[in-house]
Amino acid sequence: MTNTETTPVVPLPANTARHLTTAGALITIASTFLSWTWTSAFPGDLTVYGYPAGLQIITLVTAALTLLLALTGYKSGALARLNPSRSNNPTALAALGTFGVVWFTAIAIAVDLGGLVNLDPGGYIAAVGALITATGALGLPLHRNTRDSLHTPDWAERPALAPVHRALHTLRLAKPPQARPTSTPEPWIDRLTITVGIALGLVVFTYGIGTDDNASETFIGYLIAITLTAIALHHSGALDRFTNATTRHKALSAVLAFVAAALFPFTQSNDHNANLGVNILIFATVALGLNIVVGLTGLLDLGYVAFLGVGAYAAALVSGSEFSRFSGVQFPFWAAALTGMAASLVFGVLIGAPTLRLRGDYLAIVTLGFGEIFRLAVNNMDGTSGPNLTNGPNGISRIPDLKVFGFNLGDAHTFGSFTLGRFANYFFLMLLFTAIVVLVFTRASNSRIGRSWIAIREDETAATAMGINGFRVKLIAFALGASLAGLSGTVMAHVNYSVNPQPYMFAGAAPPNSAFLLAAVVLGGMGTVSGPLLGASLLYLIPEKLQFLKNYELLAFGLALVLLMRFRPEGIIANRRRQLEFHDTGQLDIPEQQSLPDSTTGAATAPDATKAGA
Amino acid sequence: MTTMTTTTTPQQTVLEARGVTMRFGGLTAVRNVDLTVSTGEIVGLIGPNGAGKTTFFNCLTGLYHPTEGTVAYKGTTLPPKPHLVTKAGMARTFQNIRLFANMTVLENVLVGRHTRTKEGLWSALLRGPGFRKAEAASEERAMELLKFTGLDHKRDHLARSLPYGEQRKLEIARALASEPGLLLLDEPTAGMNPQETRATEELVFAIRDKGIAVLVIEHDMRFIFNLCDRVAVLVQGEKLVEGTSDVVQGDERVVAAYLGTPFEGAPEDTALAEVQAAESHAAEDGTAGTAEAAEEGDAAQGDDDK
Repeated sequence: MTNTETTPVVPLPANTARHLTTAGALITIASTFLSWTWTSAFPGDLTVYGYPAGLQIITLVTAALTLLLALTGYKSGALARLNPSRSNNPTALAALGTFGVVWFTAIAIAVDLGGLVNLDPGGYIAAVGALITATGALGLPLHRNTRDSLHTPDWAERPALAPVHRALHTLRLAKPPQARPTSTPEPWIDRLTITVGIALGLVVFTYGIGTDDNASETFIGYLIAITLTAIALHHSGALDRFTNATTRHKALSAVLAFVAAALFPFTQSNDHNANLGVNILIFATVALGLNIVVGLTGLLDLGYVAFLGVGAYAAALVSGSEFSRFSGVQFPFWAAALTGMAASLVFGVLIGAPTLRLRGDYLAIVTLGFGEIFRLAVNNMDGTSGPNLTNGPNGISRIPDLKVFGFNLGDAHTFGSFTLGRFANYFFLMLLFTAIVVLVFTRASNSRIGRSWIAIREDETAATAMGINGFRVKLIAFALGASLAGLSGTVMAHVNYSVNPQPYMFAGAAPPNSAFLLAAVVLGGMGTVSGPLLGASLLYLIPEKLQFLKNYELLAFGLALVLLMRFRPEGIIANRRRQLEFHDTGQLDIPEQQSLPDSTTGAATAPDATKAGA
Repeated sequence: MTTMTTTTTPQQTVLEARGVTMRFGGLTAVRNVDLTVSTGEIVGLIGPNGAGKTTFFNCLTGLYHPTEGTVAYKGTTLPPKPHLVTKAGMARTFQNIRLFANMTVLENVLVGRHTRTKEGLWSALLRGPGFRKAEAASEERAMELLKFTGLDHKRDHLARSLPYGEQRKLEIARALASEPGLLLLDEPTAGMNPQETRATEELVFAIRDKGIAVLVIEHDMRFIFNLCDRVAVLVQGEKLVEGTSDVVQGDERVVAAYLGTPFEGAPEDTALAEVQAAESHAAEDGTAGTAEAAEEGDAAQGDDDK
């Protein structure tokens, strides 16, 4: 481990740095209770004394986290759980998050309202506090890569560009070494960790979705804060503890995650956010279906959104809408859902049977073609340029609301003090479908058929030589993925009141389209359950909340993908396999339950060391 | 060592290849090769580089569709589809290891069980008692095989993180998981050190003792002649000779195929004279250069022969 060093970025004595960090964090926290600007014209209304709002709340949370992490450095026992690595990196990252949010806010106020004069004293205090805490935190001894261990690209050797390169490598933070847990913790600790983690997740997600659509500033601050906080927790090892706990209690985590998701509509007073929620769920569920095809079986499908379209159109045709070709027909929902699934299944087999004989790039091109054929065909089946089936570009509108067991999903219902609107009702329905798809995904991937999918992804020739009928197994994956997309499509048709050919294209400015779906899978992490769900949520929320990006959305999106592929090719949530594939650490991958009982030296001293440190 | 065959069961033909020919455009890689393997036999397939050994293997296992000829396993002709060949009872390994690198050791072997289990998508989704029983049985069988090959302590490692020799063993374990009657090994000791080669030899004997016939391609002659009851020599796509190791070792056509035939004329004599001259020279200079000089002479002779 000669590639890392423990040095501060800013040369300061360690104790001074720690005091500075703490003091800065306290000042920042205090400042959030002051007014930052004089007018409520700035989004979030930061004018109130004694009551943080908008970006001030985000600042308060990150500053409080910085304070807590800084305090772990002062031998305070109970807080050690927050920072198992006992490194200063998390403190520095949280402090940078605070700094980022505060200074972004200050600059945004100055730019939006035209000049620094618009900042109230509270704003200046916050800026100074954040600067102090960031400087202090960077003065702490940090785990960093040595300058020599980092790759120096050719362009950095030119004198003009060398300073740029040096600036990019100022921080060089490295993930601190993690002490391997000496024993599996008590089950109740695991359960508590999972519950707290998921509850925090719900709160963070709810806050993000609840930010005002026109307050892009608040959402950017939110993104800065969650990104740096996530990295801080990653460096502290708290995130590892959480994932280890969830792998030990898979069923509990899944149930709690769904409970948390089901609580979401109750946190919203506004049905608009429930609408966002249900659309995110649809998008995420379809991405999870695509993950079977792309992530598990390794078939690059660029026309996947067509199956969502088939499901949506099938459901619309039998919905009883007056614009449907079969306007007299109104199936009950369970029958409509099965119809949508069956229609997508048939299309999946029809498209898969000829194309799955191709491998790699050829398959991608052919699926891309079929995806576009679907959209063009639907566009033209209006009775003039083709048979009358889909009502052409006008689509099928005025799809009636669903009734499930006499319960009209279109009406608002009141439970005690909560009123659940139309979209909240659909949210629950879609959540049920998401649960089904998650169950299908996990069960299928962890079975004989799932292993044969992964085997085909790894080496198709060897897989067939091991007795796997490659074509058949690939067709099953393709058809299963298609029918799951079709299932989501049936809900989508009802949620949106109408279907038309417009959204089912390869690439567009808004989800769902095949490119976004694929990006959600790749960005989130291929082959995992939570990856595509997270990726889809981010890809749906970001364009929705950053309205000012509208014209540059695809550009920003492309840039983000390039950066992600450069720095984290396995996706945000990495599957264990892929993590090893891309970051060959040279270590053998030893599962932790077999954590070498005979290596007594490390194991016996570690708890003592922790106690002594605490 | 080769005499300790367990021939308690009557000999039965496991593999019968008749007139297998494989043409790639104008090139005939394998020409009219017949080969039979019986139960309890270890048969070696040797030949110089490019002789068509691996092509012949690919024809046997259905990866190639032979231009002419048939391959039969225990009397039934095999269709040229790799998964059907494996299902029938012929499993293989690859010359350059082809494991599922990002799957664990156990998962690799479980994939090998594919043809001997039949739980489809529905049973995976419904997870009835039958599914659990089948999964447990598969895992138990896979663990037996891992113990047999000495990899059981690495069940949860990714295949890619195993050292080279263990990857070869894992490939054999994966092939055995399909419960084959005939195992085809394509250069199982390539890149191994002598100890690992010895261990592989023991492993192959142990496999034979389980009643599985083995057909093995190898370049390590000592390995082949220790191991095999019968050896077939493939040269330029044609079977040159087949018999016990003594017969093959003594056959001058085999020696010629590997080392070349001497010319019947002056060049050899000149070469010989050169060698002798060099040797006497070296003897005068001292003993150091002798071996080198002799080798040089051999090399010169080999060049002349081509």
